[in-house]
Amino acid sequence: MSVRRVDPVQPESFKFTAANAKWAKDQIKKYPKGKQASAVIPLLWRAQEQHDGWLPEPAIRAVAEILDMAVIRVLEVATFYTMFNLSPVGKYFVQLCGTTPCWLRGADDLKEVCRQVIGEQNQVTEDGMLSWLEVECLGSCTNAPMVQINKDYYEDLTAQSFEKLLNDLRQGKEVKPGPQNGRQFSCPEGGPTTLLNGSTSSKSKRSTSSKATPKRGGK
Amino acid sequence: MLKDEDRIFRNLYGFESPGLKAAQKRGAWDGTKKFLANGRDWVIEEVKSSGLRGRGGAGFPTGLKWSFMPKVSDGRPHYLVVNADESEPGTCKDREIMRHDPQLLIEGCLIAGFAMGSNTGYIYIRGEFIRERETLQAAIDEAYAAKLIGKNNQNGWDFDLYLHHGAGAYICGEETALLESLEGKKGQPRLKPPFPANAGLYGAPTTVNNVESIAVVPDILRRGAGWFSGLGRPNNVGTKLFCISGHVNRPCNVEEEMGIPLRELLDRHAGGVRGGWDNILAVIPGGSSVRCLPTDMCQNLHMDFDSLSALRSGLGTAAVIVMDKSTDIIRAIARLSYFYKHESCGQCTPCREGTGWMYRVLDRMARGEAEKREIDMLLEVTYQVEGHTICALGDAAAWPVQGLISHFRHVIEERIDQYSANSKPDGAVREPVAAE
Repeated sequence: MSVRRVDPVQPESFKFTAANAKWAKDQIKKYPKGKQASAVIPLLWRAQEQHDGWLPEPAIRAVAEILDMAVIRVLEVATFYTMFNLSPVGKYFVQLCGTTPCWLRGADDLKEVCRQVIGEQNQVTEDGMLSWLEVECLGSCTNAPMVQINKDYYEDLTAQSFEKLLNDLRQGKEVKPGPQNGRQFSCPEGGPTTLLNGSTSSKSKRSTSSKATPKRGGK
Repeated sequence: MLKDEDRIFRNLYGFESPGLKAAQKRGAWDGTKKFLANGRDWVIEEVKSSGLRGRGGAGFPTGLKWSFMPKVSDGRPHYLVVNADESEPGTCKDREIMRHDPQLLIEGCLIAGFAMGSNTGYIYIRGEFIRERETLQAAIDEAYAAKLIGKNNQNGWDFDLYLHHGAGAYICGEETALLESLEGKKGQPRLKPPFPANAGLYGAPTTVNNVESIAVVPDILRRGAGWFSGLGRPNNVGTKLFCISGHVNRPCNVEEEMGIPLRELLDRHAGGVRGGWDNILAVIPGGSSVRCLPTDMCQNLHMDFDSLSALRSGLGTAAVIVMDKSTDIIRAIARLSYFYKHESCGQCTPCREGTGWMYRVLDRMARGEAEKREIDMLLEVTYQVEGHTICALGDAAAWPVQGLISHFRHVIEERIDQYSANSKPDGAVREPVAAE
């Protein structure tokens, strides 16, 4: 468990944009009548996205009202789930995976880069561009070490490539999500060891079919 | 080695499009209508006789689980819930299915929904998988547009499929915590019984299955239960996605035959252990929750449920975390303990307090700043946590520590000796010596 509280400095109010309010209504339709509380996480998440990546207290009240829930129930959800940022974050919010599979492959080096380039955890840089947080396993262990920045995963990092990534983001340069060493997703580096004849259709049952091989680019 | 034509996930690495057309070319949605026409009992019987065991970690027979759902509805709807809250450290297989082969999952949902008399399914995906969520939602939309699912679809079973997401809580991978979360509450596990098949989502009969378990079902029906049960070893059959991470030369995900020897798995697909096979220190064979295995147990080791549980470890999610001799094993396990401390939902006292306690002691032991009698004390605490909590997170937090103590007690003792040898008379300590 971790202690999580709402930020002492809060905006006066929060209101969903018209588009988001309509989106919220559609979300509620996914669940049976009377079970609109099910939409609480998606709505809080959308509120956080609308509010520069963190969830203010008035948004918690707004969501409670939309879903006809007691405010305390929504507050409970907002403080339980760790992806809800209860204080401001940088424009680029770096979540660094520090759990054992990433740690084995050098997550500590990445942490050091964060300290050098950004500073301590949960502190936003003066230009408002960056902040970072060590998080638990992000489920990309074969591409360790890795970080999530806003919506995207950046994988197979080294201290050098990570530092460059952070600087590029800060300078508004275009960056490419996914593996940073040219690898194809979670395929072994250098090329696959399986499925070498392209995808074989199950229609062909167990016969070996070697159709046109799609381009294999391990590197 | 598994033959390429026996692989189910033909787009595991995303060389091809995840789109519907490409998926159909790979075989998805072929004959689905015919399977449903064979009836609910036939589907369950096929899945049962295929020998498929749940791929989410526990290895419970999938067909049997489905058969627990009431045969006739008592007026309450039935729900299928797919657990896509993949968060077990080391595990990253469901992500590949969702972003590269989502149609197999959607087709599996329809079939599973039909088999349990459910017209509604929810896929609960972890919050961090934002891009995967987008891909999967696009795939669901495509399936709706092609009338493969939804009301009056061409397969003949009305089925609505919704994608729901979490917001960062490992505990929501526990099925009843997942249901709580899906109902809009904190993800705190429920007491069982009642089991979800009797009272699950919104109090209605519900079955929760892992992504991989559902996604392999269409191919089992297409190729026959006998095909699936013919792969692997008795009681541990079929194909399995392995996630190989840690100190190997080429970490990767790969679909292999159940029961493949560990060494073959690592050498053939992951480029071998860094520094050679003999450089192996320990392996965590099934995700962070299972006990680690030292070198001698890794020889001739078959990667399946029964072989690994015979060694008091487990196949879990088949997430193989390899550690070579340079690893500070105490630190590695202490970091896992920190994970469980962070992810405990706080509902049961033994887990809430025990996870923090275990982490703090291990953290000291990693520095050597402990007494030898504390090793047994720590072990005793793990037994007080294990089995004394509502869900299995308590067990999952205890097992890695037990594995560490039973296989690497000497390392902890050496570390303690080293620390005390270096301490000054006034209690302050000189520069710590790296143990590796």
